[in-house]
Amino acid sequence: MITFTVNGTQRSVTSDPDTPLLYVLRDELALNGAKFGCGLGQCGACTVLVDGEALFSCITPVMLLEGRSIRTVEGLGTVDEPGPLQAAFIAEQAAQCGYCIAGMMMRAQELLERIPDPDDDDILAALEPQLCRCGTHMRVIRAVKRAAQALAQAQALAQASEGAR
Amino acid sequence: MTHAISRRDVLRGTGALVLAFSLSRHAFALTETGASETPLRGLPGSLDSTPLLDAWIRIEPNGNATVFTGKAELGQGIRTALMQVAAEELKLPIARLTLITADTGRTPNEGYTAASHSVQDSGTALRNAAAQVREILIGEAARRVGASASELSARDGVVIGPGGFHFGYGDLVSEQLLHVDAQPTSILTDPRDFTVMDRPVPRVDIPAKVTGGAAYVQDMRLPGMVHGRIVRPPSYGARLAALDAGPVETMPGVLKVVRDGAFLGVIAEKEWTAIQAMRRLAALARWDETAELPDEARLPDALMALPSRDTTILDVGQPVAPSYAVDGLFSRPYLAHGSIGPSCAIARMEGDALTVWTHTQGVYPLRNALATLLAMPQDKVRCIHAEGAGCYGQNGADDVGADAALLARAVPGRPVRVQWMREQEHAWEPFGPGMVAHLRAALGPDGSIAAWQHDVWSQSHMMRPGPPGTLLAARDIADPFPPAPPVDLPMPEGGGDRNAVPLYVLPNARAVNHFLPEMPLRGSSMRSLGGYLNIFAIESTMDDLAGLSGQDPVDFRLHHLADERARTVVTEAAERFGWKSRPKAPAGSGYGFAFARYKNLEAYCAIALEIAIDQDTGRTVIQRAVAAVDTGQVVNPDGVRNQIEGGIVQATSWTLFESVRFDRRRITSIDWASYPILRFAHVPRHIEVHIVGRPGLPFLGAGEAAQGPTGAAIANAVRDVTGRRLRTLPLDAATVRAAMTASSLPTHSPS
Ligand code: FES
Ligand code: FES
Repeated sequence: MITFTVNGTQRSVTSDPDTPLLYVLRDELALNGAKFGCGLGQCGACTVLVDGEALFSCITPVMLLEGRSIRTVEGLGTVDEPGPLQAAFIAEQAAQCGYCIAGMMMRAQELLERIPDPDDDDILAALEPQLCRCGTHMRVIRAVKRAAQALAQAQALAQASEGAR
Repeated sequence: MTHAISRRDVLRGTGALVLAFSLSRHAFALTETGASETPLRGLPGSLDSTPLLDAWIRIEPNGNATVFTGKAELGQGIRTALMQVAAEELKLPIARLTLITADTGRTPNEGYTAASHSVQDSGTALRNAAAQVREILIGEAARRVGASASELSARDGVVIGPGGFHFGYGDLVSEQLLHVDAQPTSILTDPRDFTVMDRPVPRVDIPAKVTGGAAYVQDMRLPGMVHGRIVRPPSYGARLAALDAGPVETMPGVLKVVRDGAFLGVIAEKEWTAIQAMRRLAALARWDETAELPDEARLPDALMALPSRDTTILDVGQPVAPSYAVDGLFSRPYLAHGSIGPSCAIARMEGDALTVWTHTQGVYPLRNALATLLAMPQDKVRCIHAEGAGCYGQNGADDVGADAALLARAVPGRPVRVQWMREQEHAWEPFGPGMVAHLRAALGPDGSIAAWQHDVWSQSHMMRPGPPGTLLAARDIADPFPPAPPVDLPMPEGGGDRNAVPLYVLPNARAVNHFLPEMPLRGSSMRSLGGYLNIFAIESTMDDLAGLSGQDPVDFRLHHLADERARTVVTEAAERFGWKSRPKAPAGSGYGFAFARYKNLEAYCAIALEIAIDQDTGRTVIQRAVAAVDTGQVVNPDGVRNQIEGGIVQATSWTLFESVRFDRRRITSIDWASYPILRFAHVPRHIEVHIVGRPGLPFLGAGEAAQGPTGAAIANAVRDVTGRRLRTLPLDAATVRAAMTASSLPTHSPS
């Protein structure tokens, strides 16, 4: 039994310790966000955050995750209450088939937590491990910028109300 | 063995039929969508084959509508576009519509979702059906109040009339009201009155896709579902020589090892167990390999040496000139569709009925192929479309459907989910065929094109089911189906010769299609089919001719274009780009332009772009691309932009990076390291898409419009930078660097 938190909830899983995290998330925990793309660490479709760091869940054995905190795209918000990054992807209509998008978003989330106001080069460099075959790249870049702006505005508002208090 | 006997009988029947089909290119009037070329009833779009209105639209008692289409969402946004069309003509808010897509149990048969035909076929059908349903509802309301229909109108799901009476659609509809055949003409909404069409309605499928909803067949979890994996042979046609499956059968969690000839699969309770069992099984299997692949380094020669069936597809004036100003051999390698999500299907055998959830592009053709493969009556097999990752043509979708069906038969009652591994998708998908085009052209004294010859060599671009022999598993089983006969898609849409007839006005021109019945590598439909290479060749040649005659490439094209819509997109792209006033490019940078009308029948697209080449590495990056596109009546302008942007990026990847690799026996590009595609570092720095609106004109497909012009515009820009005409795709960094080095030698002078 391995115990960790997924999107803030503690979970104990019984999969074999050498099972890659991807299959534990999909098969045992019935989460859809992380996708199987290559199983080789080449495409990023399976990207999730572990303690804030983006990694390929397809090549990460679940035994390494005891006590860690895992975040998937399900943890960024819901259809009814999308988080800032999800709202930005919807606003930019940043998907064609969308198969790559959940992984893209987790990589972008890591970037925004590290660099809240990324420039183009930051975004391109951060997203380099992520493949998209539909050619949605332009929109993904716009969505990441939009999310950064939204987050900055939200922060400014929060600070303003803090200051007013 | 009654099963085998009955199947062989079936086989004999199809075998004979299929032979007759392959005799002549026109005997089998197959189109890329599988639709008949000749109209049956003269009704609009797919109403022609499915005329009953309630096959398309049903009004529920609460006044909501259920809308049916035989086309499928492939990530191209068709679901939203079709809902817009139906909502517009029904005068019903989009939120009150449910759209049921391709399902042999429920929807019309619209063949394949392919060839940029979906809005044209299904959108046209739905638009007309919806308009006719609306008028029937209005007529019914008029009948009830004894008014004339012309005094009544429909809005927001309500028929309203003078004196303020109103009926909800649900109150008007009765069992048989819509169970009538469509009429040839409909009262269509004037484009000026559109409120839903021609609007950037947000895609209905995107919210689930960005929040981890169950959006794909890969995400379906049916009760009792188990996981299957297939062990594919190491090379085409390999037969299983020896296998002791015992160690795999006893692995904990493994339910079954399925073996039928060279078809080999495992079924396990958990997905990871299935993968481990598959690997173990693969390691235990011994194969006899017989494949003989061509020499990859000399692919164009190998293709041109194959026997061909030649068809002259254009012959006007005197195409033969004493000498040619331009004479070049263009080629592209085999290309992989490269879906990011490997193909997946779920199949369940219950009693004598099979259900398959699949991301196939053609539920009916796959249904028919599976029925034959399994010797089942067609009405006992149901194929339901569920989205997969983008496919861009025929990927492994149909094959994995057959894989899942064969495994499901081994565990009746339990749904079996099969997903291919990355290396299986890369090695076994039916590639976009390698091709060669030979262009020769001569200039007249007035700087016009005086003679033009285009020869193109390609294997079939259409090896979809129908015939079960199109499916990998059907070829591998102990009693295999014969290979499917190669289909040469006829003009005007064409296959390998798609877009080989230039849209330019050429008084002396010939084009010949050299169809290759042999298939050195497995191939089938991939976005734009032969159009990508033919446009690459034509537009490269146009640029060279412009240069040789001292004319601007855009002016030269306009000089040879009579089609007003073509002239408009060319002019629009040039103006928006600032082509005429473009500054002299800095060292290592250059400009390129290209144009085509996809298939000469679909969307018009012109692209101007600027590239920068890194002098040391040969790495090419598009700095700015400006596209102008005319897709006729637009349903969703943002959808068109998304498709064109995507087409430009994808074709940039084909052009700069891609080729399927193989040795003399096996496919060797089996992952993203051995088959690199464009990553973010090479993404165009800026793309603009300008839509030339054509309200009221027929819909034209947009999904494949940009690929040809993109490849050609990049090649023309590379020529602008290096002075070298590169005709062999891909224009990868090593190739471009070599061109840079070669070009810098003679002109280099110390400054
Ligand atoms: S699926 Fe993990 S990197 Fe591709
Ligand atoms: S949107 Fe289809 S792979 Fe990225």
